[in-house]
Amino acid sequence: MRRLAAVGLFFALCIAAWHLVVAAGIWSPVLVPAPRDVGLYLYGALIDGTLRSATLVTIQRLLIGYFLGLLGGLPLGMLTAKSEVMRDTLGLLALGLQTLPSICWVPLALLWFGQTEMAMQFVVIMGTIWSVQLATASGMRSVPPIYVQAARTMGSRGLHTWLRVILPASFPFIVTGMKQGWAFAWRSLMAAEIYVTILTGFGLGHLLHYGRELNAMDQVIGIIIVIIVIGLLADKILFSPVEKFLHARWGTGR
Amino acid sequence: MTPQTASAPAAPRLLVDKVSKVFQSKSGPVKALEDITLEVTEGEHVSCLVGPSGSGKSTLLSIIAGLEKPESGRVLVDGEPIRGPGRERMVMFQESALFPWLNALDNVLFGLHLKPGVTRRQRREVAEYYLEMVGLMRFKRAHIHELSGGMKQRVALARALAPNPSILLMDEPFAALDAMTREQLYSDLQEIWRKRRKTVVFVTHNVREAICLGDSIHIMSPSPGRIEEAFHITLPRPRDINSVEVARHATEIKDAFKRRMQAIQSGTSPS
Repeated sequence: MRRLAAVGLFFALCIAAWHLVVAAGIWSPVLVPAPRDVGLYLYGALIDGTLRSATLVTIQRLLIGYFLGLLGGLPLGMLTAKSEVMRDTLGLLALGLQTLPSICWVPLALLWFGQTEMAMQFVVIMGTIWSVQLATASGMRSVPPIYVQAARTMGSRGLHTWLRVILPASFPFIVTGMKQGWAFAWRSLMAAEIYVTILTGFGLGHLLHYGRELNAMDQVIGIIIVIIVIGLLADKILFSPVEKFLHARWGTGR
Repeated sequence: MTPQTASAPAAPRLLVDKVSKVFQSKSGPVKALEDITLEVTEGEHVSCLVGPSGSGKSTLLSIIAGLEKPESGRVLVDGEPIRGPGRERMVMFQESALFPWLNALDNVLFGLHLKPGVTRRQRREVAEYYLEMVGLMRFKRAHIHELSGGMKQRVALARALAPNPSILLMDEPFAALDAMTREQLYSDLQEIWRKRRKTVVFVTHNVREAICLGDSIHIMSPSPGRIEEAFHITLPRPRDINSVEVARHATEIKDAFKRRMQAIQSGTSPS
């Protein structure tokens, strides 16, 4: 309860400071809108449904792209950890592709898929898959060999060792990779949505983009806030429970 | 005292037969073990391998465990050559090597799950019996990181004993513990051994520890790892590591070892 009060107080103070800065009239309200104007925009967008539909479009793209990325990245990572050869080939390829900012995939995606949902998801997948693969691979490799030795003396072999020892032992690393993948997916999607207009759905990135086109600073800042809130919620809802579980079991983390 | 069956010369419980091991290092091959022969009969309860670091004692234990392969020679258990690790030879490592994703009880159950022909109920009974024996029944649901170093090694001991191995291999299991915890474990261990007689091979660099725990002590010397001398300790049990007898034996063995090393050095240096 105290913590919740502290959080509320902190953000109330932030908004108050923002309000005071605007009220001081140093900058033009066109460039720095008052918190009230941003609130009014968000309220209006909520009432007329644009915010809801844009959020749904964005989250749907994000989830589909992210899970497809996981579906590819996790097995690829396990494969990469298998041997030195895999590490030097698949691993190196993934490292190269991971360093490529995923917005660079947009021109390619547009030529391949046109202005379709598929183009959007392709960019998200490319943003997710490599970091998940690399994190999974490094997690599997960092399993202490003594765990495997202990398991072998108890009669564990092959697939059993793999499923009951290596996989659970690398779980904390895999979660880190999944979290990193999520962050990359979110960034790639926002970049893609701002950059490309796709007629099958207007996401939050488009609202941001049109806010700029219309010189509507209240919209730009309002949407930025929405994007931040979604990122925070995803962290708290998707990853916090898993991290708490890991903390309790492994005694690691915070 | 276990009776020695002198009439029928049964195969020894454990026979290490002319085992050699070479490691490849950057500066060429290093002989870790040279021509090791070690016989442990059923009656010999606890055999200690004692030596300074580099004498290959842990390597020898890994070879007996089947985790490493020797360059030459073989290891026989009850007359049968070993092929890889086996449930009849359980290992207790220097670090507990317990699985952090399982609680204490599930760690003990891990090996039992892999033992064929044991029912769910039997597994549970056995696991709880051994946790009780090491005095950690209260902590059966505890996560591994919540346990102290000494408690972890107790769980590891329960885990190693649960599948009922005929040989228990212990690789400096108390080296990372503080002195007080260690002394408590010496007496607990002797009590557990009294209840469940096992053939134990115990690796340590601590001569006193070896005398406190061992029935026979094999002194190893480094580069290349060799067994120099064997001693039989007949002090009554339970033994106290701080007792005068243990201290006196330790001094004698250390002196003998020093003389031996000096003899080797002066004997081989002119070559």
